[in-house]
Amino acid sequence: MRSAVVVGKLLIRLCRVLGFGGSNLPGRVARRLCPDLLARLAGQCPRGAVLVTGTNGKTTTARMIAGILGRAGLTAVHNRTGANLITGITSTYLEACDWSGGVRQDIGLLEVDEASVAAAVRELPVRAVVLTNFFRDQLDRFGELEHTVGLVGKGLGLLPPDVPAVLNADDPLVAGLARARGEGATVFYGIEAESDLSEPHPAREVRYCSRCELPYRYRVVTYGHLGDYHCPDCGERRPRPELAATGIWQGGPGQGSRLAVRSASGELELELEVPLPGMYNVYNALAAAACAGVLGLPTDAVERGLATFTASFGRMERLRVDGQEVLIILVKNPAGFNEVIGMLARGGVPPDLLIAINNRYADGTDVSWLWDVDFERMVATVRPRRVTVSGTRSADMAVRLKYAGLEASCMEVRPRLSEALPAALKALPPGRPLHVLPTYTAMLELREGIRRAGHARRYWEA
Amino acid sequence: MAGERRLRILHLYPELMNLYGDRGNVLALTARCRWHGLTPVVEQAGPGDAADFGNADIIVIGGGQDREQRLVCRELAGDRGKRLGEAVEDGVCVLAICGAYQLLGRHYVTAAGEVLPGAGILDLVTEAGPDRLVGHVAVEVDGHLLTGFENHAGRTTLGPGARPLGRVRWGFGNNGRDGTEGAVYRNVWGTYLHGPVLPANPWLTDRLLALALERRYGEAALERLDDRLEAAARRVALRESRRDAARRMASAWRGRKRWTA
Ligand SMILES: [Zn+2]
Repeated sequence: MRSAVVVGKLLIRLCRVLGFGGSNLPGRVARRLCPDLLARLAGQCPRGAVLVTGTNGKTTTARMIAGILGRAGLTAVHNRTGANLITGITSTYLEACDWSGGVRQDIGLLEVDEASVAAAVRELPVRAVVLTNFFRDQLDRFGELEHTVGLVGKGLGLLPPDVPAVLNADDPLVAGLARARGEGATVFYGIEAESDLSEPHPAREVRYCSRCELPYRYRVVTYGHLGDYHCPDCGERRPRPELAATGIWQGGPGQGSRLAVRSASGELELELEVPLPGMYNVYNALAAAACAGVLGLPTDAVERGLATFTASFGRMERLRVDGQEVLIILVKNPAGFNEVIGMLARGGVPPDLLIAINNRYADGTDVSWLWDVDFERMVATVRPRRVTVSGTRSADMAVRLKYAGLEASCMEVRPRLSEALPAALKALPPGRPLHVLPTYTAMLELREGIRRAGHARRYWEA
Repeated sequence: MAGERRLRILHLYPELMNLYGDRGNVLALTARCRWHGLTPVVEQAGPGDAADFGNADIIVIGGGQDREQRLVCRELAGDRGKRLGEAVEDGVCVLAICGAYQLLGRHYVTAAGEVLPGAGILDLVTEAGPDRLVGHVAVEVDGHLLTGFENHAGRTTLGPGARPLGRVRWGFGNNGRDGTEGAVYRNVWGTYLHGPVLPANPWLTDRLLALALERRYGEAALERLDDRLEAAARRVALRESRRDAARRMASAWRGRKRWTA
């Protein structure tokens, strides 16, 4: 094991010098040299390891848990850079250990790719598995969702019965995995609401009763296909969450939410400040809180850990460019975009928008998802003052807005981001922020451009 | 203009059959109706809902995933499909995308070899292939170049009773072999093109509107609209279909994959 550790750690240095970030390579090589390396490194953490998986929100949820662990005075081996395959996780432990393979941290906190859950359960001393949701995110990856659910189910099936799975009760596919656990421990989290919380989503994914194959009906929709559902035929319904948000107050653009959270037994009551906007972050915060409960962490660590949460690579950040305020909000799928539209509508003043749609590989090459976003509602409720459209598929975005009824006079198409941002800023009324809604690679491009121009100072991020 | 002219657009299975933004086809039809001075009336019908095919002018059905398709298949192979077939013989316009296009055919053979009966409205059969045909696609139709995005495992072969919608310029089309894309029978238009296809191709949208007007009101003069934004988007999509084709050619060159221009 010693030599594997040394080789692995040297390779990590080498990768860094050569500029390959978040690399799987050191882990892969070290695992060749010592196949049980990960188990031996991870086994040294006295509090074992927590796995976080699901299609969306695992990075944010893991970071929220990291914040809570920090407040509870615990140190963690955390794959913060998102190296979430088993080789990347091995690299993470290699980086955290000393040159003789000693690990001093209290606990492992690992975001795990859905396909690596089974391997992680086999090799790590798992104390809890947190599952966020199953969204069909990358539209190009057709039909793989059920396969993904199957992979995670297989991993949960390997879990010892006393190790709890922390599951989202409001996502039918996640809750359905409780069955894969049999008698195993399960903790559900969810939202108890009296009426729909989410923006109406015209192209919601349909979920089916696993017994009757009939579409579920929803008493309440909270976000996308999440909510309080039941089968009209056999009566199968959402499990009652052990930890539930019973009150949610959402803020406008750039603002987070406040939650009233209680346990099913009524013994526990928490007030949580979630500094990130959107219903998806309410779910991420609930998942993190439920995980903390399972680990037996103090409630004030949960409250303070979440309230002071910052993600260095978040969905949203605020910048100042030449004295003007720029708010960047990542958009990558219809459910998320609709949520952003709801947030903008709560902002009151008709905003200036810059929508940047790229279709590079990481964004998904097919841009048809724009037609599943409710821009009709955006035109009616957000009433943007001015929209600049940019990115490799700005032309498609412009057509989408035209058909949604946006006046041609308040739209400008500038395919190049390097021209779109200055143009949008120039037209901005004094003292008002520019809301930038980019896809993933457009966001990277935008940040890089601002950084290179050197006139931006990031003063807040979440 | 002689009073208000209405067109009834029936969106069939809006929830079950909506892949890759196919609902955009209904949005395009309604928006262009208004811009042409027509009054669109949109109705939706899911499984089991009463749907008046006889009264509709344009029926739109999007693509779906396997599971959804099975549910819809049961209806279309039965009584509902028969009524739809009667409306088709009566001249109603139908736009069927991807999975819906397959379901209007005679049958679909799944990867496991199971034969699912279709509505039998279009003379075609579809068989699941070993891999998915994915990418930007360009199709020549009556001197126009349609653009879209295809993503299907099914390989469709037309019988003598259906003629292809067009010839593939770049992409796979019906089966990646014979160069055909889609099928047309009477006023039924079936195609693999997502995109969604109508917003990307205003010419096709206006063609459907004109056919429906002709049938309902006996005349179909439509003004030309300002389609400069659509034209710009089409140029980008065409470039991408050329690029996807070049990429496939390069990988075929390396001797690994299928090559279809
Ligand atoms: Zn049921």
